[in-house]
Amino acid sequence: MAFGKTPVESIDALAARVHDGAMIAVPPDYSFVAMAATRALIRRGARDLHILAVPQSGIQADLLIGAGCVTIMETAAVSLGELGAAPQFTAAVKSSRIEIRDSTCPAIHAGLQASEKGLPFMPLRGLIGSDLMRIRGDWKESENPFEEGDRIVVLPALKPDFALFHSPFADRNGNIWLGRRRELVTMAHAAKGALVTVEEIRDIDIMEDEALAGGSLPALYVTAIAEAPKGAWPLGVAGQYEPDREHLANYAKKATDADGFQDYLAEHGA
Amino acid sequence: MNAPKYTKTELLIEVIARMLDGLNHVAVGASSPIPGAAALLARARSGGTPRVSVLSSLRHNDFTDGARELFDCAAQGRIDAFFLGGGQIDGEANVNLVGLGDYPKLNVRFAGSYGSAYLYFLVPRVILFRPEHSRRVMVSKVDFISAPGTSPPGLYRPGGPYALVTERCIFSFNKEACRFCLQSIHEGETVESIRKNTGFDFDCPPQTLQTPPPSATALELIRGDVGINIAEVYPKFAREFLSLS
Repeated sequence: MAFGKTPVESIDALAARVHDGAMIAVPPDYSFVAMAATRALIRRGARDLHILAVPQSGIQADLLIGAGCVTIMETAAVSLGELGAAPQFTAAVKSSRIEIRDSTCPAIHAGLQASEKGLPFMPLRGLIGSDLMRIRGDWKESENPFEEGDRIVVLPALKPDFALFHSPFADRNGNIWLGRRRELVTMAHAAKGALVTVEEIRDIDIMEDEALAGGSLPALYVTAIAEAPKGAWPLGVAGQYEPDREHLANYAKKATDADGFQDYLAEHGA
Repeated sequence: MNAPKYTKTELLIEVIARMLDGLNHVAVGASSPIPGAAALLARARSGGTPRVSVLSSLRHNDFTDGARELFDCAAQGRIDAFFLGGGQIDGEANVNLVGLGDYPKLNVRFAGSYGSAYLYFLVPRVILFRPEHSRRVMVSKVDFISAPGTSPPGLYRPGGPYALVTERCIFSFNKEACRFCLQSIHEGETVESIRKNTGFDFDCPPQTLQTPPPSATALELIRGDVGINIAEVYPKFAREFLSLS
């Protein structure tokens, strides 16, 4: 089955599109994270991924890092929120197993917005005086061309190979509904393609309904779709299901040592 | 009549809420249950102001343009107050959310800088909040500056630190002197106990004020609507630290 040029395929086929070394943009824990696809990436043994968290990540990044899929982690933060530090991320950074590109939330959004507009860079306020400027050789201090002496930072465009996320539904034409999770739209605009898992495919046309169309991503940005009911589990999907807090707490405990982490992967099909 | 009994968590919620009264728009970021509850308390007892935007909340969040909207709003001056924590905070109000040691070879890694390197510059009233008040956290110099407390003249910086709230006391921040000043101490603390647990030097007024306890109204709200609402985003916190009625 396919919608025009947007194929609907199995979750493993979708994950196979993420080539080793790809840069993939992923959303924060509260915003439609493609966890079933993440497990598929681990199953297929993806390597050398550059994960761009938009703008931070949690269990998704922790799993990918722990499973050895990641070489570069670019993010404003990685944390399990109320459950504390992300154990695999923390261990990998401390042992230099991954390259961490520390960033700050609006710098990630701005870099993606530059790509959205086809621009090479984006200026951003703040930053000057932060040690992030010292460690980020790719961020440059510049001057406002319209006001002498006004120092401002310019950031290079961020162009991921793929945006990878989950959504409540797609329509029969491959349009994706995202509601207010507009960071996913920015991610998809900025990336070369979007890989989207959905709870369900509905036999409707989102574009025929003004209320739905305003909260959607048109199929023209979407590379492939996979149907994945409960595809964000153990995270939640707003309005549909809550995060599985017991499971997440169990992960936070188990993932603190290598054996516990491997047990977890074996147990949960990854 | 005896004053009502309260917990440290309830006191901190009330202390922060007092700093938000009268503001137009307060935003609350990641991992901030107490500031979130404080913002909801300030709103509840003032009949709707300030507006409160709690990150990752569906019910208490006015943003519809994605995660960037908070930052765009801040740069436009549409956000009056925000909260930052820190694994380390120093006497010049620099905050470190990255880790301990010599970057990138860190001995301890924290989650990361989040939006601090930007919001600290742009939001007029940034309240530093870190319950743990020890020499481990309150240091003379942070190992990594996620965001600096002050900036040289001429740099565009409408925002910055307003106060530092801890489990022991409240400091205000004097931008000109680039120093904290003890504003009030919580029940059970003394100036000496605070000096003993603070790794930086700070100013002290001739008379030390005691932080007033939460009012009965505040406690009722915290144990009622405010607690119920913050549980949407922070269920573990609400279960463990708030005795909801």
